Amino acid sequence: MLWNTLILAMRAIRRNVLRSFLTVLGIVIGVAAVITMVTVGNGATQAVRDQIASMGSNLLMVAPGKTYGPGAEPAPNFKDADVEAIRTQIGNVQVVAPVTSKSITAVSQDRNWATAVTGSTADYFEAGNWELEDGRVFNEAEERAGKSVCVIGETVRANLFGQQNPVGSQIRIKQFSCEVIGLLKAKGQGAMGQDQDDTVVMPLKTVQRRLTGSQDVNRILISVRAGASIDAVKGQLELLMRERRKIAPDEDDNFRVLDTRQLVQMLTGATKILTMLLGAVAAVSLLVGGIGIMNIMLVSVTERTREIGTRLAIGALEHEVLLQFLIEAVVLSCLGGLTGIALAAAASVGLAGVMNVPFLFNPAINVLSFLFSGAIGVIFGYFPARRAARLDPIEALRHE
Amino acid sequence: MNAVEPLIRLSGITKTYGRGQAAFQALKGIDLDVAPGEFVAIMGPSGSGKSTVMNILGCLDTPDSGAYEFQRVHVERLTRNQRALLRRHYLGFVFQGFNLLARTSALENVELPLIYRGEPAAARHAAARAALAQVGLKGREDNTPSELSGGQQQRVAIARAIVTGPAVLLADEPTGNLDTRTGQEIMDLITALNRERGITVLMVTHEPDMAAYARRVVRFLDGRVESDGPNNPSSGPAGHLLPEGEGKTMRPSAAPGQA
Repeated sequence: MLWNTLILAMRAIRRNVLRSFLTVLGIVIGVAAVITMVTVGNGATQAVRDQIASMGSNLLMVAPGKTYGPGAEPAPNFKDADVEAIRTQIGNVQVVAPVTSKSITAVSQDRNWATAVTGSTADYFEAGNWELEDGRVFNEAEERAGKSVCVIGETVRANLFGQQNPVGSQIRIKQFSCEVIGLLKAKGQGAMGQDQDDTVVMPLKTVQRRLTGSQDVNRILISVRAGASIDAVKGQLELLMRERRKIAPDEDDNFRVLDTRQLVQMLTGATKILTMLLGAVAAVSLLVGGIGIMNIMLVSVTERTREIGTRLAIGALEHEVLLQFLIEAVVLSCLGGLTGIALAAAASVGLAGVMNVPFLFNPAINVLSFLFSGAIGVIFGYFPARRAARLDPIEALRHE
Repeated sequence: MNAVEPLIRLSGITKTYGRGQAAFQALKGIDLDVAPGEFVAIMGPSGSGKSTVMNILGCLDTPDSGAYEFQRVHVERLTRNQRALLRRHYLGFVFQGFNLLARTSALENVELPLIYRGEPAAARHAAARAALAQVGLKGREDNTPSELSGGQQQRVAIARAIVTGPAVLLADEPTGNLDTRTGQEIMDLITALNRERGITVLMVTHEPDMAAYARRVVRFLDGRVESDGPNNPSSGPAGHLLPEGEGKTMRPSAAPGQA
């Protein structure tokens, strides 16, 4: 019975290939969009997680201001003394690296490159999991004296020196020139999507004196000793900072301590929300696709009124006609779903490549989308099918 | 006639369309018996009730009052689905407009009623091919209706009607859309089916030439049977009422014999 009805439905679909294809185009695009969004979104989340993991899982960062991004209230920066206090008063700390950044343009001979200078200590390289490709990092004497030396990232080297080894060369930043003493190993894209290799690192004093003109420190990186509780260190840090920044007990912090775990949560949370939003938009298009199926099926029922009348006259039962139209709708939408899944696989692989995120095949969303497309066929096919089945055969046969 | 159990018996059938002022009584009490193997032409002007009675005979419509017995089953008491099953197993329909499925091969069109009967594919194909051969369309199985002439399309429709081996063939103006010559060929085919396979034929027509093929003519007027009797040979083309197998009219029916 069901098999026979399936034959009839397949024959009806085959009779009008182009219209059938256009009918399901909405479903194809909807399913493809949902799966692609979710797959690429999951890939992006994974990429963020990987990048943060490359920073090390035992890293804490202290930054001024309670919140991050626009609308944040301005809060005072840190001083050298804060860094020293952390170093001496908090246990289980491996290294403490003060960081001050400044956007600059670096010049080498006839080439120039807009980048950011980071002023810090040699500890910065340890805290940030940096390794050297060539040369060395600055020593304590250079740090204390505020010497004009720098370690550059791969991107800066590529733009200023091409394929040449930059170690020993001079680059000019603003009014002073600076000797390149080291080249960092490439790290790739950072957690925020920034290029981590687009960096010039100098001793903190050099940046403070020659570029920012203040004793301020923008951020402090702290790497916690392996095996020690990150939360405990974090708690001590917060207490110390409140004390040093003279925050009354009823006032909120005007600084924040981020750990990499939190960063993971924050950033993956953001990408997850984005993925959900895009997926929801795509799901709406799937719904619109369903309405398209209903529309075409209704037109089809009207157009095929005489055919339905003939079927009823030669002995088709009401529920057989209903089932045939329903199966037509379901078969169409399922075919659309399968096409959408194939399209999504191609689009996801392509997009993942372009966006530089891993392609993570997600069976759940594929199965879900397919089932959803089938359900759309049932829901949006039922009304037209019922309309077909309830036709009066005499009226239907007379229909022009 | 009394010795033979009637296949169809209508008694006191009435049918009214609309209500109140607009009500139109299409049938005002019809009594009609049809014995197995008869070839009955139903004639009458527009609005005489011949189409209404045909719809009731075809179990597509139900009377307001009166009884319709088909092989002693009271059709007026059946449900919509039961009437559909009755159509499926006992009736074959031929329409004025052919009503074939477009973009569908002749074979698949003829197979359609068998699909509803749940016949397996092999039996279905064989039966459909045989029916097409019987109507003289051997070799045309894969043609779609648009690739066939009007007469050939009506042959496909007839094949679809007889493929299930029905007891009754209901033909509603089967030659209405065909030219005279093709119409005569179709009538020859229907006559042959009636005579050779014993299929009871009920045909609505307004063309006396076509009614002349029938052995009995029922005339309707104003919702009543005006006259009912054996065909008057003088009103039809000469030769049609000769004993079986003798006239020039049997040409198409020779085809299955040769096949």
